[in-house]
Amino acid sequence: MDFYLTALLQGLCFSGIALGIYISMKIFNIPDITTDGSYTLGGAVTGVLLLKHEPAYIILPTVMLAGATAGALTGIIHTKLKINALLAGILVMYGLYSINLYIMGRSNLPLIGTSSIYSWLNLVSDPNQNTFWILSVFVVIITLIIGYLLKTDFGIAMRATGNSETMVRSLGVNTDRMKITGLAIANALTATSGYLMSQLQGFSDINMGIGIVIVGLGSVIIAEAIINWFKITSVWFSLILMLCGAIIFQFVLAFTLSIGIDATLLKLVTAVFVLLIVSLPRLTFNRSA
Amino acid sequence: MIGLEKVTKIFNKGKANQVGAINGINLQIADGEFVVIVGANGSGKTTLLNLISGSIMPTSGTISIDGNDVTNIPDYKRSRWIARVFQNPVSGTASDLSILDNFRLASIRTQPKGLKIGVNEAFKKQVKEKIATLGMGLEKKIEQPMGTLSGGQRQALTLLMSIMDDCKVLLLDEPTAALDPRSAEVVMKTADKLIKDFKLTAILITHNLKDAYNYGTRVIQMGEGCILKDIDTHAKAKLKQHDMFDWFG
Repeated sequence: MDFYLTALLQGLCFSGIALGIYISMKIFNIPDITTDGSYTLGGAVTGVLLLKHEPAYIILPTVMLAGATAGALTGIIHTKLKINALLAGILVMYGLYSINLYIMGRSNLPLIGTSSIYSWLNLVSDPNQNTFWILSVFVVIITLIIGYLLKTDFGIAMRATGNSETMVRSLGVNTDRMKITGLAIANALTATSGYLMSQLQGFSDINMGIGIVIVGLGSVIIAEAIINWFKITSVWFSLILMLCGAIIFQFVLAFTLSIGIDATLLKLVTAVFVLLIVSLPRLTFNRSA
Repeated sequence: MIGLEKVTKIFNKGKANQVGAINGINLQIADGEFVVIVGANGSGKTTLLNLISGSIMPTSGTISIDGNDVTNIPDYKRSRWIARVFQNPVSGTASDLSILDNFRLASIRTQPKGLKIGVNEAFKKQVKEKIATLGMGLEKKIEQPMGTLSGGQRQALTLLMSIMDDCKVLLLDEPTAALDPRSAEVVMKTADKLIKDFKLTAILITHNLKDAYNYGTRVIQMGEGCILKDIDTHAKAKLKQHDMFDWFG
């Protein structure tokens, strides 16, 4: 049971990445690899500030600002220098490795003896369940903010940008600025995931972000499959499904480990799993066609 | 309303594949004129429209709208005056967004897009009333994604969207090229009605000479990036349809 509770907690931590990838990938149609770097950046900034015993109201905004800066940088490289979005993201992600190492000062920061957000409140005696409730409240607040944002006039313009750039420009929106802002928001969310995760696992590590973008992609793809099956158009439902996608993804990984698959094969299993979800709807579609 | 002075547009300047798309055009379009532009493929019609909308910038010359020099103003800032309908119905609307959201965005074309929720019951009612004037029954479907509609329906809605906010100039780039004859007729009639009702200055590009003959107050024929013929309201009234076919003979 604890096994799956841990998976649930990790899923909740990754909901920031899921929402971030939803924004960059689904709304803007940009495959944003910056994620790998900004997730670690979030963890690195969290670690350093926690060890300096900075107050919580400083740590989270700093983490989000750092992530937003990384995202905006990718956006600027992509829109202003007209460089392919994938390459722009890879460049920023690659450069962030050095920056993260510089921020942390070494490759691993144990956070023992620091006050994590999970120790703010003691709602229930079991520490794991306590963590679950704090995480849930946190995730709900973030989802409400993003959901509201997407419903506003600004949000409509944002959602339209990925659909038809010509239309959005003819309706008076600077699409370059919109993409930069969108990637900034997406990576601020990703960095928040790093913030939540480093405190959950009790350390920040320079390699914690490697391949993490696949977690976001997997979550979004799971959610998308459900959205397509039930033809969901509501923004709120889509966001909730993104969170479910992140949790389901972790459950599948937990299940794979629990049936005794070697942990060294975990990344391969993850890749195959994501490939399966992507390809299954297409395979069945081809047969009926 | 619209003025072009010695406007040229050269693509790939200085390279082997240099193309002079627009070669020194002077054009004045008065307030309330409905100009139809015809011409063979590659004659520079669409380039001219894109220069006016600001999607591309001229190589030389000046462009003005409503007395303002807009030569160096990008397209998203020219939306203060200009609404556009594109050849491809997909370009003029956002497929994944509901009809309602599309209209909301269009209703704030000339305003900043802020952090407030603008879709409320009053707005829904206003959109329903507007859409009902088309007589397509779409007013019941305003929560549906735009992508579920046909090309003709989307073009008709794009037209309506253009008058959701203050609009002075309407640019129509072959709006019926992708449509069947019946939908095309509906779209052209809607456009004509809106242009008259809202006293818009409009430019229509078309390959359909029947439309060029039936609609508009002035017709221009383009070729090789220049204006070949410019026929005003008076002369257009005397023009016969087969005269226009002869232009392309």
